[in-house]
Amino acid sequence: MPGGMLTFEGMHRRENVVTDHAIWAEGLVKRFGATTALDGVDLAVRKGTVLGLLGPNGAGKTTAVRVLSTLIRPDAGRATVGGYDVLTDAHRVRQLIGLTGQYAAVDEMLTGAENLLLIGRLLGIPKADAKQRAAELLTQFDLTDAADRAAKTYSGGMRRRLDLAASLVGRPPLLYLDEPTTGLDPRARIELWNLIRGMVSGGVSVLLTTQYLDEADELADEITVIDHGRVIATGTPDELKAKTGSQSLAVRPEDESHVQLVTAVVGELAKATPDVNGSRITAPVSDPAVVPAVVRRLDEAGVVVTELSLRSATLNEVFLSLTGHPAEDGDDTDIEGTNS
Amino acid sequence: MTTATIAAPTAPELSHRVSPAEGLRQTMTLAWRTIVQVRHNPWELGDFSFQPILFVLMFNFVFGGAIAGSPDSYLPYLLPGIIVMNMLFVTMYVGTGLNTDVTKGVFDRLRSLPIARWAPLAGRIIADQVKQAWSIFLIVGIGVLLGFRFQTNALSVLAGVALLLLFALAFSWVSVFVGMMARDPEQVQMVGFTALFPITFVSNAFVPASTMPGWLEGFVNVNPVSHLADAARGLMLGGPVAEPVTWSLLWAAAIVLVFAPLSVWAFKRKV
Repeated sequence: MPGGMLTFEGMHRRENVVTDHAIWAEGLVKRFGATTALDGVDLAVRKGTVLGLLGPNGAGKTTAVRVLSTLIRPDAGRATVGGYDVLTDAHRVRQLIGLTGQYAAVDEMLTGAENLLLIGRLLGIPKADAKQRAAELLTQFDLTDAADRAAKTYSGGMRRRLDLAASLVGRPPLLYLDEPTTGLDPRARIELWNLIRGMVSGGVSVLLTTQYLDEADELADEITVIDHGRVIATGTPDELKAKTGSQSLAVRPEDESHVQLVTAVVGELAKATPDVNGSRITAPVSDPAVVPAVVRRLDEAGVVVTELSLRSATLNEVFLSLTGHPAEDGDDTDIEGTNS
Repeated sequence: MTTATIAAPTAPELSHRVSPAEGLRQTMTLAWRTIVQVRHNPWELGDFSFQPILFVLMFNFVFGGAIAGSPDSYLPYLLPGIIVMNMLFVTMYVGTGLNTDVTKGVFDRLRSLPIARWAPLAGRIIADQVKQAWSIFLIVGIGVLLGFRFQTNALSVLAGVALLLLFALAFSWVSVFVGMMARDPEQVQMVGFTALFPITFVSNAFVPASTMPGWLEGFVNVNPVSHLADAARGLMLGGPVAEPVTWSLLWAAAIVLVFAPLSVWAFKRKV
């Protein structure tokens, strides 16, 4: 990440970095009254890749997206999108981006087809072509049957799909997906994931914000974790998992007197300090081979367990291991609302 | 669900700013959008179609006898008043529409598009003018069926319509301001109705001011609704024109001078 003094050579290198990236942002600061939503955030999205911006509610994810999509001005810092400055070249930036917000931003009083036609016409696409593009997207997003119904009659999943389709009308090379699956049921969520994968395979760069570790893991090439407006970790999903443990192992011995022994075994094999809650011992695990090893050792020691499970680490656990404090949820969500 | 495959993005030729011609085209597209919305919102259609017709019929036949001796002799006085009242109420849709866009996130989507910054607002206002013209047409139409006749010439009548539309344009800023300040669209409606009922009724729109107590007459005589109703009467039926038209224009200018900057301030506060 950038910073420090720039020599002439450094400056030259930096310009290359800027143009090689779909998004390049340094030191973004944004305050709303007494609250600092962004406190010096650096972000980089390489062309043709997905950056997952991971963090709890109120971490500053939506504020970052709003700055990068020219909706609000940062108080400090610099951001370029496709090599264009978001402040001085906002109109060019807007020609490169598609925005899908946290709240499906479709016009409820228009039909699905009309919503897409509206965007196409606003982008200057001739009427016949705009209609054809709308029909294409409706087919692609499985909305053909609902094309002529007002969007207010759509289900949550259908709205999100229409919203996503609306951001694709102009075939933007860069997409912002701001918590695209929040509030969706598991099936709709997986459908949306598939659509996003399809877009990425077409060469689109994506900035994806999410509260879900599994979503970032599924879709992102790189993940930036933010909390309280600050970047607390950056890396590929594998790097982050190696750092934090991608999964969580839980063991509960039948006999409570075995807790200490089990804690020692789990701690040794998982190479992490286990969390003990009553007689339940949990620890982050990055290598699946740890599980059979634990089973073998406990078996040899004659420990009977009533629970032994391995599940994906939650965002909370990742936070805990990165920051030492749990992700505080929703304490300042208002800051991120569209009205702020 | 079909798997999405999207063609690799082509290198676009990017322009640095929106040309005025493009801005105008975008404005017309957004005005189209506001008009098409009405198809899916029958209540709104009712507000600027059936409601004014209902008002003409009710006021004319219920109060006509008591106020003017007969509905027939009340109609010429009433009709311009109904047009002004309805015009103010229809204007509120500018504010509810803007507020809906902001609360639903549509406004963010529009602002993230490479379109003129003024196009969303201008589109709403153009659409409002179309709705206003339609309402005036309907009210005059039902009036003519009931026996209303213009007493002046076509030019004078057109000037009257132009004055009404101009005032609606100015008054839209009040609606924009309320729309930007309100929490949700329902609140815009509530504030609008609460403020507009006394403003329209405590005027000479339905009853001459001379019949009211002195303290009320004072307010009625400065109320822009009274001036506008008088101006419409003068231009459609004959009688004094210069004074009410001048006052109407002064009021329109004053409203813009106060509420346009306030709206801009409220808008900046919101985004």
